[in-house]
Amino acid sequence: MKNEAKVIENAVHGVFLILGLITVGAVLLISIYLIISGIPAIKEIGLLDFIFGKKWTPTQAEAKFGILPFILTSIYGTAGAVLIGMPVGFLTAVYLAKIAPPKVKRIVSSAVSLLAGIPSVVYGLVGMLVLVPAIRNIFNVADGASLLAAIIVLSVMVLPSIIKVSLTSLEAVPKEYEEGALALGSTPIETYFKVSVPAAKSGIATAIVLGVGRAIGEAMAVIMVSGNVANMPHIFGSVRFLTTAVSSEMSYVTTGSLHQQALFSIALVLFLFIMLINATLNFFLKKGKER
Amino acid sequence: MKKVIGILTVVVVFTCILAGCDANENKKKVATDGSTSMEKVIGALGEAFENENSGVTFTYNPTGSGTGITAVAEGRCDIGLSSRNLKDEETAKGLEATILAYDGIAVIVNPSNPVADMDMETIAKIYRGEITNWKDVDGNDGEIVLIGREANSGTRDGFESITDTENACKYRQELPSTGDVITAVANNPNAVGYASVASVKESVKAIAVNGVAPTESTIKDGSYKIQRPFVLVTKQGADLSKTASEFFEFCLSEEAKAIISEAGVVPAN
Repeated sequence: MKNEAKVIENAVHGVFLILGLITVGAVLLISIYLIISGIPAIKEIGLLDFIFGKKWTPTQAEAKFGILPFILTSIYGTAGAVLIGMPVGFLTAVYLAKIAPPKVKRIVSSAVSLLAGIPSVVYGLVGMLVLVPAIRNIFNVADGASLLAAIIVLSVMVLPSIIKVSLTSLEAVPKEYEEGALALGSTPIETYFKVSVPAAKSGIATAIVLGVGRAIGEAMAVIMVSGNVANMPHIFGSVRFLTTAVSSEMSYVTTGSLHQQALFSIALVLFLFIMLINATLNFFLKKGKER
Repeated sequence: MKKVIGILTVVVVFTCILAGCDANENKKKVATDGSTSMEKVIGALGEAFENENSGVTFTYNPTGSGTGITAVAEGRCDIGLSSRNLKDEETAKGLEATILAYDGIAVIVNPSNPVADMDMETIAKIYRGEITNWKDVDGNDGEIVLIGREANSGTRDGFESITDTENACKYRQELPSTGDVITAVANNPNAVGYASVASVKESVKAIAVNGVAPTESTIKDGSYKIQRPFVLVTKQGADLSKTASEFFEFCLSEEAKAIISEAGVVPAN
């Protein structure tokens, strides 16, 4: 009887072990695969020519594989999106956490959740049909598909992660801190910005890093609004991101060609960027816990 | 003891997973993989074939010509679909091409654009960036916005090789699908793009080339110049399954012609 229970216990233990290993296995498989398939092209092209080359012309007779335009576009695009998304998201979070009446808070919170749930292809479609023609008309340029359009779409897409994480950390600030400040004669707004926000700063930093991660990894929405030509970045110019460089050419590339290997190398560079962002995220989270 | 049972569970579970893969082996299947431009025609053919032969499952994986060719070379599908002729390095791998149909590539502009006819040379000049304003080709005053497809796309490859603009196009946008090109052109009065004739919608205007409008009859008699083949790719030496070879013959049969025409492309034989 007792033995039987033990057998079942161990069997269940085994099943859980497998399930746990699946996740670890997937991460390992992807990392190792990316590194193995990304290295050969970098070796052949040369690391400096690959990273700092300004020309990407993979199908020409004298093919050039320089990804500086993609790297810069990804950095500018992400920075722009966070620059717009951060103040909006952060101030929304402060409003929701401290000032908003419960009814407004409920409505805005559910709108934010809904925003997070909209598929990125829908963002892209709306951007293509509304934003791109609007930019063309407002700025009087030949075509609206540009870095600016991508930045605007991305800045809306990063809002939910910035708002939600900031909100959680602002709400976790002990009430006594604020009551103390108010009792000493601060106005409510002074209290929020001089007491609550500094107390929640590691959470807010986490929110921003999450937003950066969301923006740099996005492909579907930007491919539809950015024009997708491998130019050096220009605010009204057609640009291509690291993500879209991989996804737009992968489906038609000849297998085993240097071009395909170079696409894997781009993915590897993107992977390194995201690892860096994750490391930053962990740093802030750890700092938050130590406090 | 605990460990042994744990390991045993792992083994049992994996065996079950592997066994699951074999269960479908005996079913009649035709797997195709490749060009997204061929979706309409191969979908129609597959559906007709399924209706005629009960119990047959037809699958089509819209991945792109390059991926489809790789898939058949690696034996991951029965028939690869390509909207361009095979390259030398691909035929060298023992792949064989059978032309199924011809697809015209339409040059499309916004419906509000007065330009309705251009010759090949003008189209090539526009795409090479030598003509940059519509007023130079009897249109309105406005900078021409070139919309194209991504490198290695079958449509782009077809368009550029026919118009002799390979790697010389000054694109403003490179979009990953025909639908995106049509949407972009429909939304910009100064845009020009290209798309397979079968997928052109009313939201854009297909212009005549050398005075010939892209229609089935002009593509078939060769008078419309911008056209490309739709190719069924098979592997030499590797025998097709019975069902797959039946499907292959069906595609080239008299009966399939009507279906191919209905899908907007011109049957080859």
